[in-house]
Amino acid sequence: MNLITTFVLMPFVGLLLLPFLKVRSKGVVTLVLLTMNVIISGYLAVLSLSGSPVSISLPGSYVTDIIPIRIDALSGWFILIINLIFLTGGLYGYSYLKSYKKRTNSLTLHSFAFLLQHVSIIGICGIQNSFVFLIAWEILALTSFILIIFDHENPVTIKSGINYLIQAHFSIVFLMIGFIWVVNKTNSYDFQAITAYSSTLPGMASLILFLCFFIAFAIKAGFVPFHTWLPYAHPAAPAHVSGMMSGVIIKIGIFGILRMLLIIKTDYIAAGFIILIISVLSGLYGVMLAIIQHNLKKLLAYHSIENIGIIGIGIGIGAIGTGLGNTTLATLGYAGALLHTLNHALFKSMLFYTAGNVYQATHTMEIEKLGGVIKKMPQTAMLFLIAAIAICGIPPFNGFISEFIIYTGLYSWLSDGTLFSLLAAIFSTIGLVAIGGLAMICFTKAFGTVFLGTARHTIPADCREVKFIQLLPSYILALIIILIGIFPLIFIHLISMPVALFPGTAEVVANIPQNSAFAALQPISWAAWMLVLMVIGLYFFRRYRLKKRNVELGPTWGCGYVAPNCKQQYTASSFVRSYSKLFAPVLIVHKEEEIVHGVFPSEAKYHTQPYDKLEKGLIDRVLKLNKNFMGRFVFLNNGKLQFYILYGIIFILTVLAVPLIYRNLESILEIFKLL
Amino acid sequence: MLSILLNLIAALFFTGIVIRTKSKASGRKGPGIMQPIRDVYRLFRKGSVYSETTSFIFQLAPTVYFASVVMAMLVVPFGKSPGVLSFYGDFIFFAYVLALGKFFSIISALDTGSSFEGMGASREALYSMFAEPAFFILMGSLALLSGHTSFQGIFASLHIGSQISYALAALATFVLLMIAMIENSRMPIDDPKTHLELTMVHEVMILDNSGFDLGLILTAGYLKFALYGALIVNLFIGVIPYQYAIPAFFAIQFLMAVAIGLIESFMARFRMSHNPQFIVVLTSVSLLIFFGVLLILQKFV
Repeated sequence: MNLITTFVLMPFVGLLLLPFLKVRSKGVVTLVLLTMNVIISGYLAVLSLSGSPVSISLPGSYVTDIIPIRIDALSGWFILIINLIFLTGGLYGYSYLKSYKKRTNSLTLHSFAFLLQHVSIIGICGIQNSFVFLIAWEILALTSFILIIFDHENPVTIKSGINYLIQAHFSIVFLMIGFIWVVNKTNSYDFQAITAYSSTLPGMASLILFLCFFIAFAIKAGFVPFHTWLPYAHPAAPAHVSGMMSGVIIKIGIFGILRMLLIIKTDYIAAGFIILIISVLSGLYGVMLAIIQHNLKKLLAYHSIENIGIIGIGIGIGAIGTGLGNTTLATLGYAGALLHTLNHALFKSMLFYTAGNVYQATHTMEIEKLGGVIKKMPQTAMLFLIAAIAICGIPPFNGFISEFIIYTGLYSWLSDGTLFSLLAAIFSTIGLVAIGGLAMICFTKAFGTVFLGTARHTIPADCREVKFIQLLPSYILALIIILIGIFPLIFIHLISMPVALFPGTAEVVANIPQNSAFAALQPISWAAWMLVLMVIGLYFFRRYRLKKRNVELGPTWGCGYVAPNCKQQYTASSFVRSYSKLFAPVLIVHKEEEIVHGVFPSEAKYHTQPYDKLEKGLIDRVLKLNKNFMGRFVFLNNGKLQFYILYGIIFILTVLAVPLIYRNLESILEIFKLL
Repeated sequence: MLSILLNLIAALFFTGIVIRTKSKASGRKGPGIMQPIRDVYRLFRKGSVYSETTSFIFQLAPTVYFASVVMAMLVVPFGKSPGVLSFYGDFIFFAYVLALGKFFSIISALDTGSSFEGMGASREALYSMFAEPAFFILMGSLALLSGHTSFQGIFASLHIGSQISYALAALATFVLLMIAMIENSRMPIDDPKTHLELTMVHEVMILDNSGFDLGLILTAGYLKFALYGALIVNLFIGVIPYQYAIPAFFAIQFLMAVAIGLIESFMARFRMSHNPQFIVVLTSVSLLIFFGVLLILQKFV
């Protein structure tokens, strides 16, 4: 009780302190306050993960009713991930924002929003009162908006921020529909009422209730086709905010979906298939668009959609497993999804932090303009490479472990099942494999063009490695990435508690070592060790051999051409050209070109701008129709204040009149009935 | 352990036999069978030239590539005897650890900042992306048919009995052979002996490698060939006792090498733009295998 009051009050302590502090100490105070909140929430999370779920009832008020706060293992797992990413994000932000020292006011607001966001997001994990949940959800949306528009003098940033704000409110509309539905029927805000109510509903109705919540959370998580805010918001935000958004804020959507699977009793098979299909499509669509992006942060943003898809595949097969009573499938699905949630938080925030380092050193995020950065920033490059390999799901890093669990889930689904399940399993496998292959194209392109070769454009002369304190968060994350890759079993034991919450998994979770799929992680851990040792051993043997030999430096082989320049390098667009030709039906790339005319070379130009086909169809088209329709009523908008006051009065009168007319209507109807 | 030994022996001769077959088919005398090994041995003793553009990625990549192939070799079984590592879903590890090597060879090609090597890298990334689903569907179908989910479990319990399963084995051999050709950048996809950088895939990626590094890459290539050969052998030998299985292993590897040599002698490389279509065909063939398995298991009512 006292803990929770302290926890909620912490940002307001910050609000009292921050405006009066000097720029340098603002960051420190924010970090201290954040750390205190991290300790409080981390303590509760560890309690719940070690087997004693925390359950507190706040008295609340007349409006909110009692506020139950229940932190079970699932909340605990997400709280720990959130805390880790917020701590590293805060630390990174502290050094990243040093170059914005002069903008005191923005920094104060930013720090306060940062603290408040942490409170709201942790709150969402624990609060089980729908009314207060919505308040926390709204605070999360607003604080994210403030964090995104840090660079608010840039019109593009403001536009992206508002895009996010509007779509976040779409998510709230669906949440409200779901909650109002239940509250209306049960007269209770408690989540337990949802469980009780949904078990009385017929199958179809409970599925629709689930879908209401699913859409709300899917908008937050960025599932296709609800993803369009994501590629705008991530590049617009400062690097640490993009890292945290991609790392944890979209994960809160995943948390919501998992929570609703726990509390809504519905047709799990149907729900699972819906999630599975949307997830495979999200994964494929996300990576397909990621490949053609020229902006590094936008590329990473689309990649988040892909990874949300992979997590979704896990959740989908988990739900199907629950529905079918296939315990192995359920356990593997949920375990893969939960582990991938952590994994993606790790490598995606790390990628955004390292991209932020590159941005601060080169002042651009355009992949086509970069190149050869590895020589200026070797540590950043190495960290980016680790995260890039991990995100492609390649051993010996963490991405492989979670994808392996999901793969074994899909293959174990093959062992029993109807024709329909078999087809779903094999096509999901194809999807997952294709996602992996495309991710490899995407990240070899990103790493290869940004860090390797020579600069394709003038890179500032003062481009150099950032300070160690700014690299530290990425090092911490890299360490965990390697740990998961090399000692996967430790983390499997950590997630066994949250996985066991889901119906139909307890049996397998109870004896994880006996389960053949989880037992495979032991040899994989050995294999990872062997791989690492072999690479190290071979590398040193090679160095020893070369020491005695003649090692020379020379120009790159240009097939006989002796004066190659940096413009002749392979660029990112040319690297993915054959890909984009093959996948042309799915992609939109606006081209602008001026070819060389005449005998003497004139100026030539070639510019491409990738666009999102789904956004064009689902957002732009609808907006256009809406604008056309609304355009008919422009005559009302005549700019005279008197008229606006009149509209206001008319509106108030109408609102007041509705109940009167309604009552009269009833009596008129009754008269009709009597007749 | 047995599989590693056999694979190493097969890798010693495999490429030599391919080259020898090609020279015989074109009426030349040709080099000895051990020539590729002699080449590698010579390379291992040479110094190196590195491009000024490259970074440590370029120096690390061949090592990782080689290590990844060796790791993949550790999970491949031989009939009854499992690989050094054998576990549930080891074929997923097999495919992904090879992807690690591919990742590094692609970025090492991009590290040179050359206008040609990026081209090879781009093609390699695209083709391997298309080839992977075929392998996973094939293994999935075999897993479904045999009820096991590891290389050794699948191969040890495959029974080639009915007519459909003969057809399936033939298709599976075709798919594996073609994947081997794609992974090793051989004929219908890539011509290792071409003289024009514009038309290469794998060769153009390693233009700047020399000495020890080039030796590692070539050795990894030989091993990879023997590896896929071993997978094909495994389709047939199943639980046959060793005294027949070991000669069968070498016979099939020999046949495969000769077949590759003949294909390379009498076939032209596909147009680069047609390669993706061809590779997607492989995925459809492996789906055909999947439906064949469904037929055998009578899942279609």
